[in-house]
Amino acid sequence: MKAATAGWVFAAPALLVIVLFFGLPVLAALALSLTDFDIYALADLDNLRFVGLDNYVGLLQNPLFWKSLGNTLYFVAVGVPLSIAMSLGAAVLLHSRLARFKPFFRTAFFAPVVTTVVAVAVIWRYLFHTRYGLVNWGLSWVGIDPVDWLGDPNWAMPTIILFAVWKNFGYNMIIFLAGLQSIPEDLYEAARIDGAGRWKQFRHITLPMLGPVLLLVAILTMAGYFQLFAEPYVMTQGGPLESTKSVLYLMYEEGFKWWNLGNASAVAFLLFLLMAATTSGLLWLARRRGIE
Amino acid sequence: MGSGFRRNDGGIETVIRPSLLRCLTVLCMTLLLAVACTRKQDGREVVTFWVMGYEGQVVAQLIPEFERLHPGIKVRLQQLPWLSAHEKLLTAFAGDSLPDVSPIGNTWIPEFIALGAIEPLDAQLAATPGFDVADYFPGIWDSGRADGVTYAVPWYVETRLPFYRTDILAEAGVTQPPQSWDEWRTAMAAVKREVGPGRYAILLPLNEFEPLLSLAIQQPEPMLRDGGRYGNFRSQGFRDALGFYQEMFKQEWAPVLTNNQISNVWDEFGNGMFSYYVSGPWNIARFKERLPPAQQGDWMTMPLPGPDGPGASLANGTSFVVFRSSRHKQAAWTLIDYLSTPQVQARFHALTGNLPPRRSPWRTPALANDVHARAFREQLERAVPTPKVPEWERIASEIGLVGEQVANGRMSVDEAATELDRRADKILEKRRWMLDQAAQGASP
Repeated sequence: MKAATAGWVFAAPALLVIVLFFGLPVLAALALSLTDFDIYALADLDNLRFVGLDNYVGLLQNPLFWKSLGNTLYFVAVGVPLSIAMSLGAAVLLHSRLARFKPFFRTAFFAPVVTTVVAVAVIWRYLFHTRYGLVNWGLSWVGIDPVDWLGDPNWAMPTIILFAVWKNFGYNMIIFLAGLQSIPEDLYEAARIDGAGRWKQFRHITLPMLGPVLLLVAILTMAGYFQLFAEPYVMTQGGPLESTKSVLYLMYEEGFKWWNLGNASAVAFLLFLLMAATTSGLLWLARRRGIE
Repeated sequence: MGSGFRRNDGGIETVIRPSLLRCLTVLCMTLLLAVACTRKQDGREVVTFWVMGYEGQVVAQLIPEFERLHPGIKVRLQQLPWLSAHEKLLTAFAGDSLPDVSPIGNTWIPEFIALGAIEPLDAQLAATPGFDVADYFPGIWDSGRADGVTYAVPWYVETRLPFYRTDILAEAGVTQPPQSWDEWRTAMAAVKREVGPGRYAILLPLNEFEPLLSLAIQQPEPMLRDGGRYGNFRSQGFRDALGFYQEMFKQEWAPVLTNNQISNVWDEFGNGMFSYYVSGPWNIARFKERLPPAQQGDWMTMPLPGPDGPGASLANGTSFVVFRSSRHKQAAWTLIDYLSTPQVQARFHALTGNLPPRRSPWRTPALANDVHARAFREQLERAVPTPKVPEWERIASEIGLVGEQVANGRMSVDEAATELDRRADKILEKRRWMLDQAAQGASP
C-alpha cells in the first residue's frame, strides 16, 4: 500500500463523519433554502415549491432583515473592539509586576464566562431596572436622570453590548495573558535602557508581539459576536421596537417559531456569507500588515 | 451569540462528548421502551397522553379514578413544558410518533387540521349520548370546529378582561364598572387625573398582543377576509380598535412599557402604578397570593367593555384532540369523555384554578361563590375564536409588533392598518396558493 493510500485510509473515518454530519446537512440546508418548506410541506411534500432565489430576494427586500442586520453590525462594530480593549487592558493589568492577588483577580474576571447567560441576564435586568435598578440609583447620586436602559430603543443595544462584553472579556483575557507571558523580558529591558516609557513600551513591544494573538482573538470574537442571540432572547426578546433583534434571532423566529425552514436556511446562508467575507477581510488586512 | 463562544473553548472534546451522551441516552431509552413494552402485557389498552405545563402534574391525580372506572385502559401520561410543546408536537408529527391524545392550544388547532394530523370527533360525539355539547360556551366550542367538523373538545378556557383597583377607582369617582369604551375612557381619564404623572390608569404590556387583539375581536368585521386569504385590517372596525389603543397611550393613560421592564406586575398593581390590567384567569390566583391581606378587598375583575356596551373577548385555552395516527382512538375518546364530565371539571378547577369551558361546573359552590371568577363567567358567554388559519399566530404577533409602533407614536392608525394588511397578505401567500390548488384539483 502506498503511503498516500494509507493516509487516506486512516483519515477516512474522520472524513466520513465530517461528510455525513457536516457536509450533507449543509448541502441539505442549501437545498432547503431554495424551497418554501413550511408546515404545509411537512404535511404533504406535494405542497413544497421550488422557489429558486426567492427566499433570498424576499429577505433582501424585507425591512426587518435589514433592521436586524443593522443591529447585528452595530453590536459587532462596537462590541468587538470594546471587548478586545477590555480584555487586553485587564490582561496587561494582571500581568503587571505591581499587581497583587493575581490568582484572585484572574478568577474573578474569568468567572462571568463560566456563568449561565440566563441566570446572569436576570440579575442584569434587575440592575438596569428603570425604577429600582442599582445602576440608575448610582447615577442619581451624580445627578443623572434615570435612563430606561432596556426599554428605550436607543439604549437597549448599548446595554446588551455592555452585558455581552462583561460576560465574555475574561475568556480573551486569558488568551492575552498567555500571549503576554511569552514576550521575552529582555525586549522590555532593552527598551527601558533606550529610555522608552511605559506607553512607548506598550505601543512598540507589547502590541507588535501580540499581533498573531490579537488576530486570533479578533476573528474568534467577531465570529461569536455575529451570532448574537442568547442575550436579547433572554433580556429583551428582540424589543423594544425590534431594536435588539439580531440576524440569528430572525433565523430562530423564522425557523423554529413559524416553521418556515426554507426562509430560515436562507437567513443562515446570508449570515454565513457575511461572516466569511468579514473574516477573510480581516485575514487579508493582517497579511498585508505582515502579521500572521 | 453564546454558542459561538462555547464552541471555541472546548474544541473537539465538547463536540464529541454530547454526541456520546446522546447515543447513551438513546440506548437507555430504547431499553426502557423495551421494558415498557413487555410490561404492557397485562392485557390493558395503553393510551399515550401528552399534557403541557402545570396541568400535566395535576391531571395525574385524576387518572387513577379513570383507570378504576375503565379497567381495560391504562393511561401513559407524559408531561412536557409549554415552551417547547409546539415544537415537540410538530417534530413528533414529522417523526410519526405523536401520542394518542393531547390537549393543545386552541390557536394551534387550525395548524394541525392543515397538517391532517387530527381526527374528526363527530362520530364519537354522536355515539356518546351523555355528552352535552350545548352545555359548552358557544364561542369556546366553536374554536375546535372547522368547516362544520368538530376536531377538538375544550378542556379549560382562558379569556382576557380587566383586573382593577376598586379603591383607586372609588377615589377617582368611578363607582360603576364601565361597560362601553366611552364609559371606560371617562373612567381612565378620571383615574389619570387622580393619580397624576408617573402613575397610570391602565397597563397594556407592549410585548403582548392579546390586549389589542381583545379590542379588535369585539368588532363586527372579521380580521381576515375571503376565507382567510387576505388581511382585513383596513376595515373601519379594526381601525377603531387601534385608534382606541393609540388613544390610551397618547393620553398617557397607559405607560409605554413591556412586561420585561416591570419587575413585578403584581407588586406594581398593589402599589397603584396602574388601576386596570387586562389579563387572563391565571392572575386571579396570583393576585390572591401576591397582594398583602390588607389589599385583598381592593381588587376585582370586570367584563371587557365593548365599543357600545359589554363586548366580546378571546376564546383561548386548550382543547383535547385525538391524533389521526392513533391506534387507540376509542380509548382516547373515553379519556376525553371522562375528563370533560362536569364533576371531573369541577375537581380539576379546584386543583388548578383553571376555568371550565362548560356551564354546569360553574354552578358548583367553589366557582359560583368566587367573586373574582364571576366576570369571567359572564365574559365566556361572549368569547369569540380568532380567525382559523394556520398562520394566525404569526399574524397575531405582527399585530403586537405594529401595535407597539403605534403606541410609541411611530405610526399612525392608517399607516399601521395598511402595514398590517401588507404583512398579513404576504404571510397568507402560501395559503392562497394551497386553496387555489385545491380548487383546481376539485374542478376538473
